[in-house]
Amino acid sequence: MSTFDAPGVPVPAVVVDANAARRTEIISSLIAVGLALAVGAVLILAWGANPLIAYGALVDGAFGSWNSLAETLLRSIPLTFTGLAIAIAFRAGAFNLGAEGQLFLAATASAVVGLMLPDLPGVLLIPTMIITAMVVGALWSLLAGVLKLRFGANELITTIMLNYIAIFLVSYLLRGPIQEAAGFLPQTERLAANARFPALIEGTRLHAGVLIALLAVGLTHFALWHTTWGFRLRVVGLNARAALNAGFNVTAITLSAFLLSGALAGMAGYMEVVGVQRRMIENLSPGFGYTGIIVALLGRTNPFGVLAAAILFAGLQVGGSTMQAASGVPSTLTTIVQALVVLFVIGRGAFDQLFAQRKGS
Amino acid sequence: MQASSNSEPTPLSLSGVTVRFGNFVANDAVDFSVGRGEIHALLGENGAGKTTLMRVVAGLLVPQSGTIHINGQRADLRSPLDAAALGVGMVHQHFMLIPTLTVAQNVCIGMRRAGRFFPDLKAVARELDAIGERYGLRVDPNALVGDLTVASQQRVEIVKALYRGARILVLDEPTAVLAPQEVAGFFRVLRTLAEAGTAIVFISHKLDEVMSLSHRVSVLRHGQLVASKPTAQTNPAELARLMIGQDLTLPQADGSARPGGMAIEVRAIGYRDERDVARLSDVSLAAHRGEIVGIAGVDGNGQQELAEVLAGLLAPRSGQVLMASPGGPVDVTGMGPGGRISLGLSHIPEDRQRTALVDLSIAENAVLETIDRRPLSHHGMISKSAIRQFADQLIARNDVRCTGPEQRIMTLSGGNQQKVVLGRALGRDPSVIVAVQPTRGLDIGATAFVHQQLLAQRARGAAIVLVSTELDEVLALSDRIVVMFAGRVIGTLSRAEVTLERLGAMMTGQAA
Amino acid sequence: MDILGVLSDPVTIGFLQATTRLAIPIMLAALGGMFAERAGVLNIGLEGTMLSGAFFGFAVAFASGSLWFGVVGGMLAGAVIGLVLAFYTVRLTSNQVVVGIAINLLMVGVTSYAFRAMFGSGTNAPRVTPFPPIELPLLHQIPVLGPLLFQQGALVYVALVLIPISWIVVTRMSVGTAITAVGEHPEAAETLGISVNRVRTLCLVVSGLLTGLGGAFLSLSATGLFLDNMTAGRGYIALAILLLGRRNPWGILAAAMLFGGADAFQLRGQNLGIGVPYQFLVMLPYVLTIVVLIGFAGKVRDPAALGLPFQRNRAEQ
Repeated sequence: MSTFDAPGVPVPAVVVDANAARRTEIISSLIAVGLALAVGAVLILAWGANPLIAYGALVDGAFGSWNSLAETLLRSIPLTFTGLAIAIAFRAGAFNLGAEGQLFLAATASAVVGLMLPDLPGVLLIPTMIITAMVVGALWSLLAGVLKLRFGANELITTIMLNYIAIFLVSYLLRGPIQEAAGFLPQTERLAANARFPALIEGTRLHAGVLIALLAVGLTHFALWHTTWGFRLRVVGLNARAALNAGFNVTAITLSAFLLSGALAGMAGYMEVVGVQRRMIENLSPGFGYTGIIVALLGRTNPFGVLAAAILFAGLQVGGSTMQAASGVPSTLTTIVQALVVLFVIGRGAFDQLFAQRKGS
Repeated sequence: MQASSNSEPTPLSLSGVTVRFGNFVANDAVDFSVGRGEIHALLGENGAGKTTLMRVVAGLLVPQSGTIHINGQRADLRSPLDAAALGVGMVHQHFMLIPTLTVAQNVCIGMRRAGRFFPDLKAVARELDAIGERYGLRVDPNALVGDLTVASQQRVEIVKALYRGARILVLDEPTAVLAPQEVAGFFRVLRTLAEAGTAIVFISHKLDEVMSLSHRVSVLRHGQLVASKPTAQTNPAELARLMIGQDLTLPQADGSARPGGMAIEVRAIGYRDERDVARLSDVSLAAHRGEIVGIAGVDGNGQQELAEVLAGLLAPRSGQVLMASPGGPVDVTGMGPGGRISLGLSHIPEDRQRTALVDLSIAENAVLETIDRRPLSHHGMISKSAIRQFADQLIARNDVRCTGPEQRIMTLSGGNQQKVVLGRALGRDPSVIVAVQPTRGLDIGATAFVHQQLLAQRARGAAIVLVSTELDEVLALSDRIVVMFAGRVIGTLSRAEVTLERLGAMMTGQAA
Repeated sequence: MDILGVLSDPVTIGFLQATTRLAIPIMLAALGGMFAERAGVLNIGLEGTMLSGAFFGFAVAFASGSLWFGVVGGMLAGAVIGLVLAFYTVRLTSNQVVVGIAINLLMVGVTSYAFRAMFGSGTNAPRVTPFPPIELPLLHQIPVLGPLLFQQGALVYVALVLIPISWIVVTRMSVGTAITAVGEHPEAAETLGISVNRVRTLCLVVSGLLTGLGGAFLSLSATGLFLDNMTAGRGYIALAILLLGRRNPWGILAAAMLFGGADAFQLRGQNLGIGVPYQFLVMLPYVLTIVVLIGFAGKVRDPAALGLPFQRNRAEQ
């Protein structure tokens, strides 16, 4: 029998166990979170506050009571959707930095549809608004996809530019054609009650939308790992040439990723309109689309990882306000911690290299 | 004329140089030297270790053992700079030139001599002119390198080496990129250089060139030096034997091929690359059921492009591609790889890491092309158990050494990766197989395995287009040999007609 | 109305002055991005670098009372970010895009936190007196060119001088040739004794210095104050500008002026009330960026090694 390698070569003892690899990833993510919080503690000290008190307030504000837990979960809904949106694009080898704009346009469109059909029963109105949001988000994202595939315009830049364009467009609409009748604030009328989700925990703002977010996580996971479409999408993201050689329609797969990515970002906007604001407002999102990028990166573009990262960052954001109230430390500290988490995750290679050098010398 | 004299130290001398990549021995205790004014040819098949040995000389590789002496001094070459400082200049197969810079800028990159902050390009140009004058190596110092022809770029590489003080010039397969009419002029330059005292190492696998140019020839086979003798004392037949070894060139395919109907055909294919250089011109050929058509030629004469046109990765500018189907021949010119795969095409690409494999598990790579088919998937839903079963079978049938189907494919050795590619391509009973350099980088046993598999497919009735620059492989397997030169089919030889001489002549552009 | 009358009209002069004022920050960031890209590194972190330049420039100027100290502070902040980018993209060979995005998000947080730490979150925005315009003798009277180039703050002149200097560095000096070699063919550069890693690190630091200066211009010359996220995507626009300018300093100057003109036009439009909702005017630079990408992406040749990490060992198989 022939051998392909020199005889007597043992099978390389590489870690091939997928579970072990996942464990290492989770552990290194936790280390990154720990390091980021440590740097945050230094910044809190620099501010002149006690990190233990500040972080205590943060944890308390995020997870300390039913209400704070509900607020954290509520905040995790848009982050989960934008995180999934960006993760899907990443998986297909594209950078969708445009979730913010997709979210704004989709939210506006679904609010407008909701206001136009106030008498529709909830069972019809809710799906109509959801579909509107997903379609508008998907189309805005598709625009970047087409610009990339047709003109070679880097989607990194176009999606960012489309964010500004979308947000200004929405601002115009909210101060003009779709502004509330009272006409004081840049916002629409309030949506009718039948557009809303039922509350999940009485006395809190947490609504049934969180279940839809969980469903989206499950569906995305299923699509990525249990369908031929998801398989192809992952292959295209890893090696587009091999995908082409294997007979895939790379263009169609890439566009489908842009579409789904935009639709998911649109859902984030819809959830904020229906579940939190009850109307479209000008400052709907405090950067969910951008935080979604680090949610996707920390979650290793894995839907359940995204969910975990979204809850973590939602906790940071919600707890951040409590921290600010309790210790005076500005809640923007949490923005720093979030970005540091990602930088430390990417920097994991540095530690590996250091260890390798130690061993080598 | 050889101008070496015994009173001066030998410019370059290697002894016992051993280079290993993992368990693969690329150079096995090789001794090699070149004298002043000597042109020393280093001959060997692809993968024999010629380039590796010269990378050692150029300071790009540090050998595990062995010593290097330059001008009689022990040299410890840790970087290209060390080698350059000692007067070693290397002309790589893939040029080390910056296309967006001028010739003068290219030659003086990193050279203090040209000016610490502002290179004096006029002075550089004068020096280049002087070098050109002396050796008949004219280059325009102000031309952009990217605008030059490949032959001119090669001249720039040599001028660059000389400008940077090279006294030992190593040329890696320099004629691979030259047209025959350019070769003669190029050889004149090398002879002039040698007469002026430059020591030249000429790496090649072309016998006629070695015979006509060199003073001395050394032959490498499987990393070992098998002969080193004055060129005058040898002949092409002996060199061919030394290069290939005694044991090979026995045709493995039985001569009784009875080709069936057309399986794949190209008609008058033309292709130009993005720089508008013609890569394929008026190429027509057909492969029939039950035959192996070997595509022979010196690397870079359009074989790679032809393979990609056949596989559907490259759209030709003109001409037609036809494939057999149950309803008769279909025009697949505008069809991508997907449609061709469903018509029964399998592609074993040359660069498996780039074109065939994805950084996923063995199982996922195994089903890459057939994921749509039952039982691997059903209504778009993947069946993990079916995929696993499929992968298990592929692993068992092809003897892939791994821990299981979940192992990431990039952690496998090259040979085992190729087994997965092969198993995937051949496992679905293709009607057409396009195999490009299917045994590159594999050892003898693995090569035999690949050959057996291809012959078995031929017996099954598949049409096989085998693209290979390894002549013995083409000779061993092919029923017909199509020779390509400069993007054209220069001739076709049947099994009975093939002789090394005829093949060699055609490969260098002389029509049979 | 005669031509000279139009040209000396205060509205026209204001427009021309604004054009330059709005063009300079983007031009400096694009110039910074050019150095990185010529060496083969895609610097997505321009936005965050610029924001840091704006903040630290403002903070140092406020604390020291010297605008010039502020300028140096902004540039140094940019250089530090350049080093961080180099650590990730050169030393760790991380994905250049991912690192750039992370840096951008980080600097949004850092500048906003540090601003609150220094100035509190009161309603009174702290201010510095920005660089006053200096009219260059005689030159400022030239129609069009005068208001455009010779009636500007000191930092504008610094920025404009950087154009020919950068041009000389990248096209005439040996270091420029080395940068091109590293961006086009890193393996070849190594065989010629150029350290790819050193050149790329150097270029990222220069990129940071220039982009930081662009940020400092926003806070110290254009406005005299710092606002959260005040760069508003200019770092990303700069990436399109350097493409439009074909990674050539003069081209970048021209492209940035075009954008400055568009921006000045939309600002005038808002002030004059030409009947178009202001949101559509504000959109103009962003739309223009996309138009530029549609027109020029794929037509401008990228450095061959752009975006690809370089591992020295790879050259040895």
